[in-house]
Amino acid sequence: MSSNSFAYNEQSGGGEAAELGQEATSTISPSGAFGLFSSDWKKNEDLKQMLESNKDSAKLDAMKRIVGMIAKGKNASELFPAVVKNVASKNIEIKKLVYVYLVRYAEEQQDLALLSISTFQRALKDPNQLIRASALRVLSSIRVPIIVPIMMLAIKEASADLSPYVRKNAAHAIQKLYSLDPEQKEMLIEVIEKLLKDKSTLVAGSVVMAFEEVCPDRIDLIHRNYRKLCNLLVDVEEWGQVVIIHMLTRYARTQFVSPWREDDGLEDNEKNFYESDDEEKEKSDKKRPYTMDPDHRLLIRNTKPLLQSRNAAVVMAVAQLYWHISPKSEAGVISKSLVRLLRSNREVQYIVLQNIATMSIQRKGMFEPYLKSFYVRSTDPTMIKTLKLEILTNLANEANISTLLREFQTYVKSQDKQFAAATIQTIGRCATSITEVTDTCLNGLVCLLSNRDEIVVAESVVVIKKLLQMQPAQHGEIIKHMAKLLDSITVPVARASILWLIGENCERVPKIAPDVLRKMAKTFTSEDDLVKLQILNLGAKLYLTNSKQTKLLTQYILNLGKYDQNYDIRDRTRFIRQLIVPNEKSGALSKYAKKIFLAQKPAPLLESPFKDRDHFQLGTLSHTLNIKASGYLELSNWPEVAPDPSVRNVEVIESAKEWTPVGKSKKEKPAKKFYSESEEEEAEEEESSDSSSDSEGESGSESGDTGSSSEDSSEDSSSGQESETGSEAEAEGKRAGKRNSRLKRKSDSEDGEKKNEKSKTSESSSAESSSMEESSSGSESASESDNEPVPRKVAQAKERKPQQERHPPPKDVFLLDLDDFNPVSTPVALPTPALSPSLIADLEGLNLSTSSSVINVSTPVFVPTKTHELLHRMSGKGLAAWYCFPRQPCIFGDKMVSVQITLKNTSDRKIENIHIGEKKLPVGMQMHVFHPIDSLEPEGSVTVSVGIDFCDSTQTACFQLCTKDDCFNVNIQPPVGELLLPVAMSEKDFKKERGMLTGMNETSATVIAAPQNFTPSMILQKVVNVANLGAVPSGQDNVHRFAAKTVHSGSLMLVTVELKEGSTAQLIINTEKTLIGSVLLRELKPVLSQG
Amino acid sequence: MSRPSRASNTTKMIHSLFLINCSGDIFLEKHWKSVVSQSVCDYFFEAQEKAADVENVPPVISTPHHYLISIYRDKLFFVSVIQTEVPPLFVIEFLHRVADTFQDYFGECSEAAIKDNVVIVYELLEEMLDNGFPLATESNILKELIKPPTILRSVVNSITGSSNVGDTLPTGQLSNIPWRRAGVKYTNNEAYFDVVEEIDAIIDKSGSTVFAEIQGVIDACIKLSGMPDLSLSFMNPRLLDDVSFHPCIRFKRWESERVLSFIPPDGNFRLISYRVSSQNLVAIPVYVKHSISFKENSSCGRFDITIGPKQNMGKTIEGITVTVHMPKVVLNMNLTPTQGSYTFDPVTKVLAWDVGKITPQKLPSLKGLVNLQSGAPKPEENPSLNIQFKIQQLAISGLKVNRLDMYGEKYKPFKGVKYVTKAGKFQVRT
Repeated sequence: MSSNSFAYNEQSGGGEAAELGQEATSTISPSGAFGLFSSDWKKNEDLKQMLESNKDSAKLDAMKRIVGMIAKGKNASELFPAVVKNVASKNIEIKKLVYVYLVRYAEEQQDLALLSISTFQRALKDPNQLIRASALRVLSSIRVPIIVPIMMLAIKEASADLSPYVRKNAAHAIQKLYSLDPEQKEMLIEVIEKLLKDKSTLVAGSVVMAFEEVCPDRIDLIHRNYRKLCNLLVDVEEWGQVVIIHMLTRYARTQFVSPWREDDGLEDNEKNFYESDDEEKEKSDKKRPYTMDPDHRLLIRNTKPLLQSRNAAVVMAVAQLYWHISPKSEAGVISKSLVRLLRSNREVQYIVLQNIATMSIQRKGMFEPYLKSFYVRSTDPTMIKTLKLEILTNLANEANISTLLREFQTYVKSQDKQFAAATIQTIGRCATSITEVTDTCLNGLVCLLSNRDEIVVAESVVVIKKLLQMQPAQHGEIIKHMAKLLDSITVPVARASILWLIGENCERVPKIAPDVLRKMAKTFTSEDDLVKLQILNLGAKLYLTNSKQTKLLTQYILNLGKYDQNYDIRDRTRFIRQLIVPNEKSGALSKYAKKIFLAQKPAPLLESPFKDRDHFQLGTLSHTLNIKASGYLELSNWPEVAPDPSVRNVEVIESAKEWTPVGKSKKEKPAKKFYSESEEEEAEEEESSDSSSDSEGESGSESGDTGSSSEDSSEDSSSGQESETGSEAEAEGKRAGKRNSRLKRKSDSEDGEKKNEKSKTSESSSAESSSMEESSSGSESASESDNEPVPRKVAQAKERKPQQERHPPPKDVFLLDLDDFNPVSTPVALPTPALSPSLIADLEGLNLSTSSSVINVSTPVFVPTKTHELLHRMSGKGLAAWYCFPRQPCIFGDKMVSVQITLKNTSDRKIENIHIGEKKLPVGMQMHVFHPIDSLEPEGSVTVSVGIDFCDSTQTACFQLCTKDDCFNVNIQPPVGELLLPVAMSEKDFKKERGMLTGMNETSATVIAAPQNFTPSMILQKVVNVANLGAVPSGQDNVHRFAAKTVHSGSLMLVTVELKEGSTAQLIINTEKTLIGSVLLRELKPVLSQG
Repeated sequence: MSRPSRASNTTKMIHSLFLINCSGDIFLEKHWKSVVSQSVCDYFFEAQEKAADVENVPPVISTPHHYLISIYRDKLFFVSVIQTEVPPLFVIEFLHRVADTFQDYFGECSEAAIKDNVVIVYELLEEMLDNGFPLATESNILKELIKPPTILRSVVNSITGSSNVGDTLPTGQLSNIPWRRAGVKYTNNEAYFDVVEEIDAIIDKSGSTVFAEIQGVIDACIKLSGMPDLSLSFMNPRLLDDVSFHPCIRFKRWESERVLSFIPPDGNFRLISYRVSSQNLVAIPVYVKHSISFKENSSCGRFDITIGPKQNMGKTIEGITVTVHMPKVVLNMNLTPTQGSYTFDPVTKVLAWDVGKITPQKLPSLKGLVNLQSGAPKPEENPSLNIQFKIQQLAISGLKVNRLDMYGEKYKPFKGVKYVTKAGKFQVRT
């Protein structure tokens, strides 16, 4: 606006106050003052003086007042030169306020704004990341086209910055630059591509936002980052989560095939969802040739925990994701969370209810259990009431309609008449959709006709009209009743409706209709246009059916209509006259007049106003407004054939480091197997041993390679802090600690929805699994923490070879770090060292957070081949069975011990239908049975797996092994050593844990044996033969340590063998489970003392 | 126009924010991109006029060039200007977060408070959004960036000239514990938890429960030094049907063990909110006997309500208030309370009866006559009664905190749990 008048000022640099004074007078803003022209002028003058002063406090005061002006929308642009000089102020608050000013006015004062650029360019190199970031923010917010190249350069540099915070700001700057100059698109896409690879959760949300803005169609950029984004999702800040989820929803719709089947009837699926896994499996086995892409599953699984978010937008985003891309049977989980949001403030309610309304049309069953949550309160705002009513209508069915109608009765009487009217419409809709109650509703509505409130009556009339039209049965009584209403009712729509109804049914009420026409003829001139038209119609219809009585009346009305002021009415009059009144000019049409006027009219469809909203993606602005908003991105339809899934594969190196659990297995095995749905896994029971050993191998190797590094890394990072190398490593460390906890979510969901569902239904999720995953994820994140800084340091050293980045040994990190940071000696450069102690505490805190956090479940050291007889072939009529303990984590449940049963047919005929019959388990014990074996050929044998939760006791599990003809009672008693799972831990952890398990938790015994039995290998061999323990590396030759945890409760079981002089040894067991501890001690003692 | 033409493509998310008071004055505006004229708010005023009351102003309004998404909080409208498709909840949730932040900083979110602290408000808005996309919304981070005003600080600042603005990047911003600030130190280490449960209920005419459920929250006030790692366990966690968590809670731990494990933010925050499933029977602590009648063709009616305790688990019910929105035809009310005091506002037609405590010996009641506008038809429906009450030291669902353990720090914190049950949306239809 005023930049023109400023133009001459550019050379002067805006320094001289005198000139500026003139300036101010000439450009004083229209909004600034009315009659206060002079005082305003003075005020600004004095602001200028304050800005010129040497004192920071005066400057600050001035800036505060200026910001106050901006906030009120007053024009402060003439102060630009005086303000811009302070951009380099040392005082950080002044600086910030100047930034605020600059961003607001730079666009109007482009030339002057350029003066500040060099300050920002300098600040971009500042060692303090906060300053770098805010410089980038302001620089990119100054909407001055000239600096586009500078911005581009700054963004490029910042995108390779060490600090993720600066990189986040770079992602924001991309969007700003793009809106300033769309020409830069290609270059910006390059930056986006680079930032998409970023592993920091801080950056992820912002860069996806930039992606959505700049190049939402470049879906190819997402492929390789898809899995990473899915896995990072829970750790991204909440706003980023929303953006990422929306983007991934679109992505999924283009890359995967539809999980919806034709016969995906809702009711049956609802049930399906809550059914136990086996049943589901059986069902889907029959029905489903479709297998879900593992990546598709990954997304669905990883978003589920976010339904628990406190942020309504996140919950809604997940809900729409489930709605649009998950199998219909799984979408049920979202309803509970959405209903929860209804407790929130009215705006959230409004949006959520709208979305529920759309969903409830298509899938009633989802929200039926929550019917009562949509009951209306008299204190709800009207818009909320109507939405709730809408949903109640959608949910109405034969079963609940009577309850609903009773509820509607209350609503009809509401003082809020608009709402009462809406309720009446609702009743009409229910009446049409549920035929059982049509008559009830109709009667109810007729009762309402005698209501005192006109709006209610009018609405009832309209609805009754619609209902009667649909049911042209004998409703003469109702019509007569309504005809009487014409005397009292004044609402035009209602009058018109009654007239129309009488006209349509004039042959059913032959006496009343002409009389009504007579009355209307009298009042014709004073009626509303709407009513007049209907009077004309009524007249025409009566003329055709009953011309004897009504001929004159109709002609009278037609004459009145001819001179009406409204041309619609005049037109209609002319039209009707030509059609019905026979004269010589009348054309061929008049013959058909009766057919034209009294044709059977199609009944109106009473349907939801939300019917047509479903073509918009849920949760979007377009959906809310039911208009396509600008920038709305359509959800594509599912592709017929999925595009190549391998595009999402990432090179082995990357995958191994980035998101270990999934990525790793990916390279070890064909993807299908690992990801495959739990259902399938179960189906592959025969292979279960093999698949489970696989997964175990994986966890083993993982803890193997991270176990050692976890300690290193923690040392490393602490040394990093001491050496002041910086906030970087520290932050990473912190993140690692945090991820320790957060990853739990991830690994949880990776473990399969099977477990999720289970924990839902049976609530029997176990401690062990959590601690096991927790620990493995912990170690993983630890390893990540020392890996992560590397690429960035290297990147800063201007080496741009991504492959190399990951390889330098951890030591290098800190060398580079020192190089990077040492020369910078200003205290500002190191904002965080003061925090180091708390950080260490933080890390410790995380370690201590649960006693189990140090436990890594490891592979069994030794798997005994010993088998136990379950059923002798003689007593089993030819069926023999043995069982053994494969010492693997059970795939059926985390609290279960995996047992392998080998069945053999020693008879000479086929044994059919082998299955487990009645189970007589002690209280609390649970058993997961194997699937029935259809038939077993003579001499054939088969091995199956079952899972038994022994509740950490050596009680016997009794059950029946049945064939087609017989049942045999068998039982399994577990040796105490099999109730354990080995864990890997460091010696330090072991000592710490042991320190916490003293006193009554400790049992010990002295063992005497020959020295040759006390060699390390002998001890190891003996111990692990008896019990499934993991060896703990020991620094002392004469002490051997073993650790495990109990399968059911996850309590630690620590075994120590201390060799004493001579041939004695002390055997010590520390555990909370003293009973098992003492049994184990009893079993170990003789073994160790044997020769 | 000297302003450069706006780039054709527009950016997502929040473009501008206007704060409007009840009388329709725009008293604050903030733009994150190019300036949008105040006149865009005219569309909002139009919608506001159309709506019967403030509650009914649609949160999303479409105008020819922009979309307006607004929230109504504490008698203020927060109107944001959007240019393209965006999830509306995203904006709504953010605006509420802004209002929460003001509340947190100034003790109240009012026009006066915002005007008094306009500079801090501006600094806050600047940090909270960058280019319309949320940047820092965690209260703990913001407080490190911009210190909240206190009387002491403003005095000190005016003398020393020091500033409200922190000069370091809050470490939380960089870590994955963005909600906790670093270097927290207290001489008294305390952790308090308030278990607050609200009963939402609709009671019908005859006194039977149409709908009832319990909504609970656990609010925490944590003043612990360093980086404490807390775990909170319940005696009966199965009660919690649906839970939403503060981001600090480790979801996995909850899933597997039903233990809340977290590194808390510093200060006050909402740890979880939960719902106790409506399948469980909800104890309704009070009953209301009511008889409200309006005589046909007469200008008066009778009003009589009595409140008594029902299933109150032996605790005193206190803080009872009854609010009734009387029909429009009611001119005045002439009532006598046996206890407490009542007011009737003839303009808004709201009857408010502040009852206080229930003593079972003498049940509080409110009786008297209702004056109606003569000639007007008698009201169709009796008004429903909205009831508020409070029961201390009781969580009506029976939820009980079992224990709180702290790891990671050496000191012994002082721990406390308080239970309160309140009426939520508790409505009695008459």
